[in-house]
Amino acid sequence: MTSGPIAPSAAGTGTTGTSAGPGSGGRRGRRGGRLSLRARESRAGLVLVSPTVLIVLLVVVLPFLWTIVMSFQRLRLIDLQNVFDITLTLRNFETVLGSADLWEMVRTTLVYSIGGTVLSVGAGLATALALRQRFPGRMIIRAFVLVPYVIPVVSAALVWRTLLNPQFGPVNVFGVDVLGWDQPIGFLSERFHRVELFGVGVDVPIALLTVIVFEAWKTFPLAFLFILARLQGLPRDLEEAARVDGATPLQRFRYIIAPQLSGVIALLVLLRFIWTFQNFNDVYLLTRGAAGTEVVAVQVYNYLVSRNDVGGAAALGLLMSVVLIIAFAVYYRFGVLKQEAEV
Amino acid sequence: MASREVVETRVLGVARVLWLTVVLIACVLPLLYMLLLSVRPLQAVLQDPLGVPSPSELNLEAYRRVVASPEDGGYGLLSFFGNSLIVAVGSVVLTVVFSVLGAYAATRLRFPGKNVINISFFACYMFPGIVMAIPLFVLFSRLGLRGELPALIIIYLASTVPVSVYMLRNYFRSIPRALEDAAMVDGCNRAQVIVRIVLPLAMPSIAATSLYVFMIAWNEYLFALLFLLESRDNWTVSLGLAQLDDISVSATVLMAGSVLLTLPVIALFFAAERLLVEGLTAGAEKG
Repeated sequence: MTSGPIAPSAAGTGTTGTSAGPGSGGRRGRRGGRLSLRARESRAGLVLVSPTVLIVLLVVVLPFLWTIVMSFQRLRLIDLQNVFDITLTLRNFETVLGSADLWEMVRTTLVYSIGGTVLSVGAGLATALALRQRFPGRMIIRAFVLVPYVIPVVSAALVWRTLLNPQFGPVNVFGVDVLGWDQPIGFLSERFHRVELFGVGVDVPIALLTVIVFEAWKTFPLAFLFILARLQGLPRDLEEAARVDGATPLQRFRYIIAPQLSGVIALLVLLRFIWTFQNFNDVYLLTRGAAGTEVVAVQVYNYLVSRNDVGGAAALGLLMSVVLIIAFAVYYRFGVLKQEAEV
Repeated sequence: MASREVVETRVLGVARVLWLTVVLIACVLPLLYMLLLSVRPLQAVLQDPLGVPSPSELNLEAYRRVVASPEDGGYGLLSFFGNSLIVAVGSVVLTVVFSVLGAYAATRLRFPGKNVINISFFACYMFPGIVMAIPLFVLFSRLGLRGELPALIIIYLASTVPVSVYMLRNYFRSIPRALEDAAMVDGCNRAQVIVRIVLPLAMPSIAATSLYVFMIAWNEYLFALLFLLESRDNWTVSLGLAQLDDISVSATVLMAGSVLLTLPVIALFFAAERLLVEGLTAGAEKG
């Protein structure tokens, strides 16, 4: 139903994979029974996996290939009949790469994704270590720690916006009334906030910092779960031996636990970087990309929806994917994924 | 050496308690605040933002307003729950069917191209949603499907099926193969093996997968925003609530809406967490 024009091709690729099933099977009748077990097994395998492959092909792979084509087309939402116009052009890339705020966007996105990744994985690691030993109430705490990860991002963003509201948000009211701030802080509306520390004034990019903390808060439970699972699988005897040999808790962490966690942490850093880099919801819902928080995903959305420039959105989206593919390739090259994917 | 051990143990013990307190506050307080604000009158919030509400001022006016239809002076959030439910349940059913078949093939059967499929699923898992959205946005606009719920279900299916296959595959591996072989020897065909042997044994992991897909579909915002914005009748709760924020609705009403949006997910999560643990321990007892 949804796949109108590509349905014929889809049905085509589908039947080559699956038609061996009902159609020919019925005609062959008894001969089907004489197919070797191995041949029947591989046929069954292809039949069972084909719906999944088909849907991923139609909704993920083909659209990506189409994005590549569109990034070289002059395409606006108003004149979509141009979709099949194959005059290729580099103007989209000129627009995107020539835009005045390109470098600021790149810097914002990198600070956001690296900062978010480090905070998220760091907090997850700390929480997992803190909850490693059994104690009463541990499972309840574990359940509550997962709450930020499972609640809808819209609710989470709304409650943060309310908490940080400059007029009646409890954080600002507490800061002004109890901590003695001079004035409320626009956590989500101020690009920079001047902070005096020991007589030195520093301009803190407060809105960007807030969306980073939000991202870490929303995602650290995932890192926590991964790391805790690995921690509980670690053999205890190594640590016991180190303790007997006089290693202090910090030394045991540094020399026994950390090396065994490095694989899962490397995997988490990659996953979190990739997801934070492409994150749209959090930033859009919190600030709409204002006050120095316009990350690349928000800009792609703006190209697509506000400027109706499909070609520009595709070009920027393609550049964004290239960065992610490079990150993935670097990791793959160093074999981090292979060893973790087996677990 | 011993004294260093003692000092470190003590310092780390204190740090641990402090950190867990901070984490718990950070995880629970926003939710608690959401709940508190949703039952207070706006006037009381503005006058005393830090105050704990007195029982006398509690009321459910904010809930009435956010749920009531626009004709009754409300914001009509109730009508969106049906849409969210259709999308979420539809995605769960389709994804579970697709991924059970895929995961079974990936663990039990040898077929050409199996490894390529495994690797490409892992890659799809990390593919940027916003990039995928561009051509789908164009395609659905051309087809006139923008604004239709099935379009959303198909997207959620495609974006959750790789992870679901991955989750189920890990579980299928733990099911002894001998059981299936025995059933086949007794005359079951492949479909019967899946329905009678694999599905009942895999129920805990199917429940976990369903929960995961339900949460993704219920919580999702970007695709709902891109595809449904123009047809208000089909808005999901997430989208409807986010749109309320744009027209400067009072904070108490927004919080009431957030509570309603969050409640199903939280309830499912806490209910299924126990179910999952039970399913796992039951399996462990039997060896």
